Amino acid sequence: MTETEPRFAEYASPDRLVSTEWVAAHLDDPDVVIVESDEDVLLYEVGHIPGAVKIDWHTELNDPVQRDYLSPEAFAALLGRKGIGPDTTVVFYGDKANWWATYALWVFALYGRDGTRIMDGGRDAWIAEGRELTREPANRPAVEVPVVPRDDRTLRAFRDDVLAHLGKPLVDVRSPEEYSGERTTAPAYPEEGALRAGHIPTAASVPWGKAVNEDGTFRSRAELETIYLDGAGLRGADDVIAYCRIGERSSHTWFVLTHLLGLPGVRNYDGSWTEWGSLVGVPIAVGVEPGEVPVRPGAAR
Amino acid sequence: MTLTAALQRTVDDFQAMEEQDRLQLLLEFADELPELPQRYADHPDLGERVAECQSPVFLFVEVDDAVHVHATAPAESPTTRGFASILAQGLEGASADEVLAVPADMPRLLGLDRVVSPLRLRGMAGMLGRIQRQVRKRTAA
Repeated sequence: MTETEPRFAEYASPDRLVSTEWVAAHLDDPDVVIVESDEDVLLYEVGHIPGAVKIDWHTELNDPVQRDYLSPEAFAALLGRKGIGPDTTVVFYGDKANWWATYALWVFALYGRDGTRIMDGGRDAWIAEGRELTREPANRPAVEVPVVPRDDRTLRAFRDDVLAHLGKPLVDVRSPEEYSGERTTAPAYPEEGALRAGHIPTAASVPWGKAVNEDGTFRSRAELETIYLDGAGLRGADDVIAYCRIGERSSHTWFVLTHLLGLPGVRNYDGSWTEWGSLVGVPIAVGVEPGEVPVRPGAAR
Repeated sequence: MTLTAALQRTVDDFQAMEEQDRLQLLLEFADELPELPQRYADHPDLGERVAECQSPVFLFVEVDDAVHVHATAPAESPTTRGFASILAQGLEGASADEVLAVPADMPRLLGLDRVVSPLRLRGMAGMLGRIQRQVRKRTAA
């Protein structure tokens, strides 16, 4: 069932994408579960792909108390409740060009889940094609899922990792206004979460949405190479950290760099600006220029 | 600080339910958000944009012998529509004093913190604050 579709053959990992047609043809496939992840917590209830289960990034993937993802035990329990067995292929889709779907995929990857895919174009593509939606919640029987430790080293970066990384490629995927320091949150989003504005010095600015077409599908490999390898100077890079405000938009870029362009060693800094912009003593650059690696690397850690 | 009678009924309805069912009730409110009256549908610029909400929400507040609230939010933002609908229905026909007496943390009384998340409830608090400010402005003269 891991056949790849010709239209995705140009990407580094063609099997990470599936089309809406593919999903429509696999709605009854017992080895496939479709997962919807949206920004809006009610969107799934309004109507979703028949048989799709919902995973909410905010209420289900985060620990309810500590700022962190679920414990490995809680994650296994979540998958068990949703009926997502250890060998099931998981196809994520969602609103806003799969912004939250790629976030869910990245969080799954922390727990070693590999058989995961994104439905290209997301929820909007499915709807635009007039495909069936239902309000009927999916009822997959619960399954036993073994507890797998969370790997916080390979795909995830913490603030100290970022400090030690200064001088190597960093990508800031927020809006130009957030990058320059005019504001701390995306335009049209509430101001919240960070005491200082600007970006991590030397970070290249590539707003996440550049990776997708108007219809929410991913750009061609050639276009992505122009944007990231040429534009952001990532050609040949093997150690990259991406960040945004809380790590969601940068999951989208992480997906593009890792699975569509095949860059090794891309990590997502999920603390992102809501952490960096409030840390005492770390360097910050303002304005449209990336800025220099600070001589004195900020916090004495 | 007291709720209007209609908002109190809504709060009671939410509180009477299991947490997961509260999401369904919020969806019902989203489905029920009344269409804008023609005079506003033709002039969305007359509304106030709610910057605290992550999607384009516009509020229209009228005060005559009572307060009337109209709101619009996109179909792809059902949570926001639900919140707008709760406020529009819960404040409809109340007096200015009654609207101003609604406590700012009213959204938290719905018991949605765990199913919707406190972050998302902030948009609703933003809507309420803006409605109250408009009522204050319109009754000050």
